[in-house]
Amino acid sequence: MSIEIANVTKRFGGFVALDDVSVSIPSGQLTALLGPSGGGKSTLLRIIAGLEQADSGRVTIEGLDATNLPPQKRNVGFVFQHYAAFKHLSVRRNVAFGLEIRKRPKDEVRARVDELLALVHLRQFADRLPSQLSGGQRQRMALARALAVEPTVLLLDEPFGALDAKVRKELRDWLRRLHDEVNVTTVFVTHDQEEALEVADEIVVINEGRVEQIGSPDELYDQPANDFVMRFLGPVTQLGQQLVRPHDLQIHTGTADPAAVTGRITRVTRIGFEIRVEVTTADQIVTVTLTRNEFLSLGVQTGDTVQVQVAEQVHIGAAYPQTLGAA
Amino acid sequence: MTSATLVTDRPALKRRAAQDGRRLLTRVSGLGLGVAMLWFSLLVLIPLTAVVVTASTGGWSQFWQAITNEQTIAAIRLTVGTALLVTIVNVVMGTLIAWVLVRDRFFGKRALEVLIDLPFALPTIVAGLVLLSLYGHNSPLGVDIANTRAAVFLAFLFVTLPFVVRTVQPVLAELDKEVEEAAMSLGASRFTVFRRIILPALTPAIAAGAALSFARGVSEYGSLVLLSGNLPMRTEVTSVRILSSIENDNLDSAAAVATILLAISFAVIVILDVIQRRVVRRG
Amino acid sequence: MAKRPGRYALRLVVVGYLFLLVAWPVYLVGKNAFADGMENINGILEDPDIVHALVLTVQVAIIAVIINTVFGVGISMLLVRYQFPGKRLLSALLDMPLSVSPIVVGLALVLVYGGRTGWFGPALEGIGFQVIFSTPGIVMATVFVALPLVIREVVPVLEEIGDEQEQAARSLGANAVQTFRRITLPAIKWGVIYGVVLSLARSLGEFGAVKVVSGNVLGETRTATLVVEEKYLNFDKGGAYATAFLLALVAVAAIIIVSVIRPKEDR
Repeated sequence: MSIEIANVTKRFGGFVALDDVSVSIPSGQLTALLGPSGGGKSTLLRIIAGLEQADSGRVTIEGLDATNLPPQKRNVGFVFQHYAAFKHLSVRRNVAFGLEIRKRPKDEVRARVDELLALVHLRQFADRLPSQLSGGQRQRMALARALAVEPTVLLLDEPFGALDAKVRKELRDWLRRLHDEVNVTTVFVTHDQEEALEVADEIVVINEGRVEQIGSPDELYDQPANDFVMRFLGPVTQLGQQLVRPHDLQIHTGTADPAAVTGRITRVTRIGFEIRVEVTTADQIVTVTLTRNEFLSLGVQTGDTVQVQVAEQVHIGAAYPQTLGAA
Repeated sequence: MTSATLVTDRPALKRRAAQDGRRLLTRVSGLGLGVAMLWFSLLVLIPLTAVVVTASTGGWSQFWQAITNEQTIAAIRLTVGTALLVTIVNVVMGTLIAWVLVRDRFFGKRALEVLIDLPFALPTIVAGLVLLSLYGHNSPLGVDIANTRAAVFLAFLFVTLPFVVRTVQPVLAELDKEVEEAAMSLGASRFTVFRRIILPALTPAIAAGAALSFARGVSEYGSLVLLSGNLPMRTEVTSVRILSSIENDNLDSAAAVATILLAISFAVIVILDVIQRRVVRRG
Repeated sequence: MAKRPGRYALRLVVVGYLFLLVAWPVYLVGKNAFADGMENINGILEDPDIVHALVLTVQVAIIAVIINTVFGVGISMLLVRYQFPGKRLLSALLDMPLSVSPIVVGLALVLVYGGRTGWFGPALEGIGFQVIFSTPGIVMATVFVALPLVIREVVPVLEEIGDEQEQAARSLGANAVQTFRRITLPAIKWGVIYGVVLSLARSLGEFGAVKVVSGNVLGETRTATLVVEEKYLNFDKGGAYATAFLLALVAVAAIIIVSVIRPKEDR
């Protein structure tokens, strides 16, 4: 295990940011700390980096007890949401910073910086100032800067949070590929479940200062430990007492059947390839998402009476059997 | 540049302040703070305390006697009265100047900016000489106000010029024009927009500028030396009164009168602090 | 927006006000200084006592600016980056020198450091260190009145830049000194420069406080501003105007430097 966090607690005044958190983060993997804003995930990352001190608990990085080490002695790379570019230094000097501090020979620094700039596709911008770069470029520079010192772990705090949707998606793919190339243990903080599901090998869900669940993206999505994780990782709707994903529901127009609930279609919305159908039952409004073809083959429209039930092949974890009832 | 930097509230700053405002002193920074406090105490705190202590050593009656001396009373009345009057003029003219500098555009505006700061950078004795050359005995305008109370007013007006302008200007520049446009689209006249939208937003800055301007007026000395003649009971201001006590080696009564001025400066600082905190809270 | 007569009227009032209050009078000082050609300026530059006063003024100002810059940058870092009890009070007290009468400043220093009756003065003179009526007193008075200027310029810049860059430097292995020298100092450079220029102008021009503590001895503790008063009162108006002109020149230069470099910072 690369990073061991044991019983870490952190308070800001009366606010408990982390409440007795223990997590093991495996070597060489890309791990996401996922959770809503203010849930403590950034604080945990900053404690790993040494930018914040835990009130109690221990942090071990690659077998070395780092609890009381200052940030400059931990050999971690940290990438900030707002880039933290050194505004008065060129891109090259930004990337070289850590190596210059370590007093590496000039030739070596130069070679290493060139190599990194190539890796992040910024070679032609080497002599520009950060203010002359776009947000995505600045973040790539920050990443190269963090990687330059060959950190034991790379920590990214909402690295794409300040970028617009398109650039964000590009950088996300790129981060995944970069990680596969350099293979450094990487932890990144995000509040975007799609980002975590897409990029990470492992996800740690953190909420209100506590770890809710740890697992692979599949495990979390298919076998959420509790309602919070289920709600946070994707869309949910309620059918009777069950919490289900809208795309795990089926609609048919046959006769009433004990496994299904009868309702009337009150609204149909099309979002690209997806059709969102609202079915009003006796006591609730259920959302069902279908593909366009599924919807067309049903041949229903607003006002029709239909049966809604959980699709048969759907595996629902044993975590909440009390809601499984009809399935 | 002379302004009280009113803390404008940016979300990012607030967030950061919430985070690292809690950073505690390390050994090195603690030592730094210790050295800084020692120096600040030796230079400012202990000497200012000495003024108050000296004023009180003779007891209440002696203090009272010193500050109720007829000539002293006249000096304080003149200083505070004129400073108040000047502050009122500054509130109006300062806001007006800030308005023109922010919202109007014309050739030579940069030059006006330099003029605003001149009274702050100019040595006070030179300021006195400067005013004397236009409003003194050899006035090209034929206005000779040297050695009159009008000279005190004019000197205060000159040295306090930057305060309201420089506190209001940045706030006015940061005002969201969309709010004004929204008000106009809702049918407000230009005057109503000014009175109901702009003025309330500027009030803390105007108040801060006014407080600084008043404090500066009350404590003014250098610009009056050549200009006002320092005539007892007529044009003698409080600082001059204190100086003559010092020169007569009557440090106790100098300290007594100085205590009054210190109380005024301190009150102004407290007011400024309250205004700044209110601005921050309002967000 | 359409040009309205109201706009012109406002502009006229403002320009007129500033012209009568500042521009014209300042111009007249320059004119009076050169009323007899270069004679007035040459006159003061040939008088060794006045040259001594000018040199003393510059020396004192430079020492005061160095002290205030070191102290100001240090205390600004502490105020913005650290939390300690009494911070709010300290922050308010640091502005005191701006609103205290220079005469009171002088009096306060005399009461503590005066050679005869001051709190510490006699003891200091006992070890051969004279403060009042000597250069150290002039320096202290000058440092006192210009104290908040660097702080007021540096604190907002430090707040504005935040501490992320510093944290990034720490995470890349820089220690406190390296972080300050390589990251913080370049970022606050312009703020420090304004502060220095303003402090320099203020220090060169201090009059009241220096008058109280210096003793105003010709050729020894008389500074440039005291020369202006002395000359004027002794009916050497040419000399007064010439000295005032030199001082005003420095002041104007300071403002122009500040106004030229200020917009650059925003870029």
